[in-house]
Amino acid sequence: MLTLQNITKTFAGMPALTDVNLTVPKGATHALIGSSGSGKTTLLRITLGLIPFDKGYVKINDQALSSFSPVQWADQIGYVPQEGGLFPHINAFQNVSLMAKLRGWDRLKIDARVDELRKLVGLDVPLLGRFPFELSGGQQQRVAIMRAAMMDPEVLLLDEPMAALDPLIRRTLQQELKSIFQRLGKTVLLVTHDLGEAVYLAEQITLLHEGKIIQSGAYRELLRQPADPFVSAFINAQRSLPDASEVA
Amino acid sequence: MRAAPATLAALLIAAGGWPAPLPAAEHIVVGSKAFTEGYVLGEIAAQAIEAATQEPATRKLGMGSTGIVFAALKSGAIDVYSDYTGTLAEAILKRPDLKSADDIRRALAGLGLVMSAPLGFDDSYALAVKESFAAQHELHSISDLKRVESALRAAFSYEFMDRKDGFQGMAASYQLHLAPQNIRRMEHSLTFQAIDDGAVDVIDLYSTDAKIEKSKLRVLKDDHGYFPVYQAVWVARREFTEQQPRAWAALTQLQGAISERAMIDMNAQADIGHVSFAKIAAQFLGAEAPRSQSLKSSILLRTREHLWLVGIALLFSVAVGIPLGLVAVRFHAAGQGILIASALIQTVPSLALLCFLIPLFGVGMRPALAALCMYSLLPVVLNTFTGIRGVDPKHLENARAFGMTRRQVLLRVVLPLASPTILAGIKTATIVSIGTATLAALVGAGGYGAPIVSGLSLNDVPTILTGAIPAALMALIAYGVFELLGWALIPAGLRKQA
Repeated sequence: MLTLQNITKTFAGMPALTDVNLTVPKGATHALIGSSGSGKTTLLRITLGLIPFDKGYVKINDQALSSFSPVQWADQIGYVPQEGGLFPHINAFQNVSLMAKLRGWDRLKIDARVDELRKLVGLDVPLLGRFPFELSGGQQQRVAIMRAAMMDPEVLLLDEPMAALDPLIRRTLQQELKSIFQRLGKTVLLVTHDLGEAVYLAEQITLLHEGKIIQSGAYRELLRQPADPFVSAFINAQRSLPDASEVA
Repeated sequence: MRAAPATLAALLIAAGGWPAPLPAAEHIVVGSKAFTEGYVLGEIAAQAIEAATQEPATRKLGMGSTGIVFAALKSGAIDVYSDYTGTLAEAILKRPDLKSADDIRRALAGLGLVMSAPLGFDDSYALAVKESFAAQHELHSISDLKRVESALRAAFSYEFMDRKDGFQGMAASYQLHLAPQNIRRMEHSLTFQAIDDGAVDVIDLYSTDAKIEKSKLRVLKDDHGYFPVYQAVWVARREFTEQQPRAWAALTQLQGAISERAMIDMNAQADIGHVSFAKIAAQFLGAEAPRSQSLKSSILLRTREHLWLVGIALLFSVAVGIPLGLVAVRFHAAGQGILIASALIQTVPSLALLCFLIPLFGVGMRPALAALCMYSLLPVVLNTFTGIRGVDPKHLENARAFGMTRRQVLLRVVLPLASPTILAGIKTATIVSIGTATLAALVGAGGYGAPIVSGLSLNDVPTILTGAIPAALMALIAYGVFELLGWALIPAGLRKQA
């Protein structure tokens, strides 16, 4: 379970986040959605323990971030950066196993864990020997998820997982991601500006606007009982293309 | 990537393990300036000392300038060299009022230096005309020129035209009136060509110039005694004259023994006949010429010296340049200071830098190494800085998010990603060092520069090429080695992308 409690953050006196509360129950998938400038990237960096915040708590299973060392905290949160964020100078296997190696895992344990994850995300063995630039966007994304899951973290945190992919691959990967999350059984928080992605992948959605949470709930609730006119405006702005009757 | 530190270590050991071609300190060291007469006199001194002591003498011939060779003498890096009374008074003691050899000797004694009696010939400005022209007009002295002044065509060097003790003073002293349109200023070496071609009738030269012979010139007598006399002398450290009395005696035996005629002949043999300095000196001393080194063994020795210079500079630039580059990235203010300082070093002309370094390091390998190390710093510091600053910050943030320590981020992410740029900087430093190291010869450090410097003073292209071609080859080989190092050190994922 991931809990963000009363998180407040200002940059040079300007409020970036105001009293943000968010709970993702164990095993659930939650989407944090907002347009650029909404504060979602700041919240992501706070959750990763990369920047300090003024007030509140970040907790995993009721244990506060402040009681962990940076290294311990990193092992609790598996992070999938935008576009996968693989290190370009090492191959897929080395990317996945880097942190385990730095923690002194032995080779057998590393191999076994990588193989387990490889099957889970559905990546062919030869691809592990390739460098990031030799992998497709979808393959890079899968390797990045393996890397995030390598140390068996409590929570997976994904930043705009689909943003860089072309629409057809998006569709396929979206379906696969959903089943990967189910198979991993992790608590998942994904941060996105894309409502389609959020609705498809997550059970619960939290809409962030100007550093404040506007509404949290299932898509149905946001659609039917918007807490604020902004919710409807945000949803309508992202609805699909006009249908045939609307096109002259 | 795991192979990288091992490869680097092997490289360092290989370079560091190279035997130092530093001469044993106890040998007597003879210096000289980088012009024909300097080399000849230096070789004569060295052979005379060797004959007297039965010990080999170390030659540091062809040093860059009066300033360098004198600094070398004062610091004890050389024991003796030849100079001229006028130069000692004007350029070194800064006392143009000192006219007599005795006055100059007293002033030098105050610096702990000993000056011999004149060697027997003077080297001063002189005017010369073609023998045929002299015969036709019966010219023997400068005063005689008065008779032909209205139609006399002259080519004078820039220095002669501009010096106080040059043309202006001479013309006033002799009441000589040349038509301004008949005086051409030109580069000294070209004035010989001009008089050979019959384009001019009179030129200025040094009284022992080798080309007097070749161009069949008559040197006109300075019958007013206008030109200051530059008498050739030995200048030595007092300690040397006291501790090596036999060597010093051998040199003082040459006092008054080298006539102007003999010196001109020897200069001509070197300049025009391309006879080796060693042979010329041996002939003069009536000894057998020392066995000259074969071209192959001398190139091998030069290669060793050159590799040593470049290798040490390379090690230094890596060991100091990369950490300085890291500091420059980490601390902004210090970083700017480091970058500006290493850039400023590059703007100091190499001869000037060598001059500054001699009081600190003496002459020979040490000041040359110091200068090379300083010059090779900028490419490495700058490329380390640029390479690291060029690493996408998202990788740094991601690395921290994965829980890497600062050290792990540096070693696993930053340095590998910056490695192509850093390696390119080391490559630049190496290739620049190979070129710059040829200047080391000017402070007696040897290397490929030695034949280049002596070849330049003799205007002898083949000799220049025995230094220049191996230097160019070494640069090419270095280029190739760095291509291979790139394969070993740059992570495969970055290499294939490029």
